[in-house]
Formats: sequence, C-alpha cells, structure tokens
Amino acid sequence: MASLCEKDATVTWDSCQSPRQAFEVIVNRHMKDAYFIALGLVGNREDALELSQEAFFRAYKNLDRLNDKEKFFPWFYQILRNLCFSHLRKRKVRRAYELEASDGESGTGDSTPYPRSASGSDSFDPETVAERNESKDRVWKAISRLDEKHREVIVLRHFRNLSYDEMAKVLFCNRGTVTSRLYYARKRLKEILDRESGSADADSSVLEPRKGGQK
Amino acid sequence: MTCQDYKDSMMAYLDNELDGAQKQAFEAHLASCPKCTQELEEFKKLKQITDSVELAEPEDRVWQQYWGGVYNRVERGIGWVVFSVAGILLLIYGGFTAIENVITDPGVGLLLKVGLLALLAGLAILFVSVVRERIFFWSKDRYKDIRR
Repeated sequence: MASLCEKDATVTWDSCQSPRQAFEVIVNRHMKDAYFIALGLVGNREDALELSQEAFFRAYKNLDRLNDKEKFFPWFYQILRNLCFSHLRKRKVRRAYELEASDGESGTGDSTPYPRSASGSDSFDPETVAERNESKDRVWKAISRLDEKHREVIVLRHFRNLSYDEMAKVLFCNRGTVTSRLYYARKRLKEILDRESGSADADSSVLEPRKGGQK
Repeated sequence: MTCQDYKDSMMAYLDNELDGAQKQAFEAHLASCPKCTQELEEFKKLKQITDSVELAEPEDRVWQQYWGGVYNRVERGIGWVVFSVAGILLLIYGGFTAIENVITDPGVGLLLKVGLLALLAGLAILFVSVVRERIFFWSKDRYKDIRR
C-alpha cells in the first residue's frame, strides 16, 4: 500500500507487449484497492464489484487522456469515486420513490434492525463487515450516514490504510485539507455514534473503552 | 497557538503522521490543556473501534475472475461499436436500395416519388445542420485540449 500512488512506473507500461497486457497488470495490482474502496463507499458487495470493474473499463477507454502513466491510481480513483457517488445518488432517488410507493400502499411500521428508510443513510449491507458484532454494526451504519467527502477519508484511512500524503494525492488536495477533513469526519462519526447509543441504550456506548483491541 | 490550531496536529498525532518535533510540540500542548487531552482520548476510542471494523474478504474466485470481468466489458464495448457501425451502414444501404426501387418503379405514383425525395432532402439538411453545429461548438470549446 505504501506505494499506491507511485508504483505504476513506466516499467509496467513499457515492458508489456501491448497496452492491453500492461493494463491487465495494472488491474491485477489495484483490483483489491478498487474493490474495497468502492465497498466502503457504497456498502454493498455486488455493487462494489460492478462499479470497480466499470471504473477500470472507463479508465482503459480514456487511457490516452492520462499523460503521466505513473500517476494512474490518483486519476483512476477520481473515476471510481465519481462512479460510486453517482451510483449512490441514483440509489437514493430510487429508494425514495420505492418508499413513497410502498408507504402509499401500506402503513408504516418497520421493526427490522436495519430500517429500510434509515433516514439519510445509504443502507449499507451489514454482512459486508467481517466478524460482526453489535458495536461494529453500529460503526458501519454510522459510516453510511456520513456525507460523501467525510466517508471517503474514513474509508481511505481506515479500510485501505492510506498515509496522509497518499490521501492528498488521490484526493487532489494538500495535506492540511486531508487532516482537516479527517478531523471533521471523525467528529461527525462520533456525534452519530453518541446520538445512536444515547437513543438506543445509554449504557452500551460504542465508544466505551474496549479491552484488547482487535487490530 | 490555540486549541483550534492544534486540531490538525491531533489527527496527525492519532495516526502517527507527525515528525519528532511536531509530536513534542503537540505533547507539550496536551500537558497544559485538559480539554485537548480529553478530546484526544475520545478520538483514540473512536479510532480503535473504527479500526476494528474490517470489510469481509470476498471468495478467491472473485479475484481470479476479476480481470475477466473488466476484459469482457472492453470486448463488449468494441463489439457494440462494430455492431452499431455495421447496423448503420446496412440501414443506409437498405434504405437507399428501397428508395431506388420505389423511384425506378413505373407503377408507383409521381406524388409518392416526390414525397420520398423531399423526405430524403429534409433528412440530409437536418444531418448536415447538426454536424455543422457540432463542429462549430467543438472548435470553440476552450477546454477540448485540457488533459489531466
């Protein structure tokens, strides 16, 4: 991960016989990052796979627009994030229509642990999280409620472990913006978790100190 | 410096992104500021629980078939382009042949022939107009040469 933004050196592009072959190497190198970033942004495995592959396809189609091939990943990341965010917006609109329609047909009253309305949430799939427990589910749900810019810094930092410099490169901003965005993202995440744990059970705050971290 | 100025340092401290001198300066501030110390503790807990959330690894076959999925899209993209071009060419050829047959058929009335020719002329004018407009806007587009 340390060289996420610099590794696509000319070695790959020049040493392969064709651009297609070189691109295959690049895809194999970045597929996990692409998939997991998309998963963190959209919260659903099928969509993440679909969107990350579509992003690679679009990158391949527009490869001639990328002057500096070594900077593939930051450029590719912009395609991926735009696809993910536009997918989320469409999903929100579709869900709003569905809710409107279903509310018209039947009354309200949903007792599932992951409410379908999820007021403002992008309804992340809880099964996406490995070794689930209640507090992890709450954090995952809280991440889904962050707005796009805040969610993306949390995903890049916590799920792909990008350094601040790498984040600055892929987000096309400076280090100061990264730290500031992370600060507000975490603050917002904390507010959501505090509010949720306050309303659910005052004694079971997710942010209580835990014995023996899992990482 | 105020506590607000230290908020960025707090994140970098939390994520181990400060160099030695910056770390020392921030720790000196912490020693004299209970408010920042408490906020840092809260962020530490948040980081701990957020770090504990790991995304489930998909089955191996997802990675094995990943490039295949991307390549299929590339292949299908080429397929669609070839299909569309061939379809358009066939439509044009078929259309012209059909019109030619109608025009040269002595059994077809003059009015229908004139109508058909007028339809063709109208289509041609529309096509040329759209193409001219596109070329005009493209040549005036200030951003057409901008590449990342």
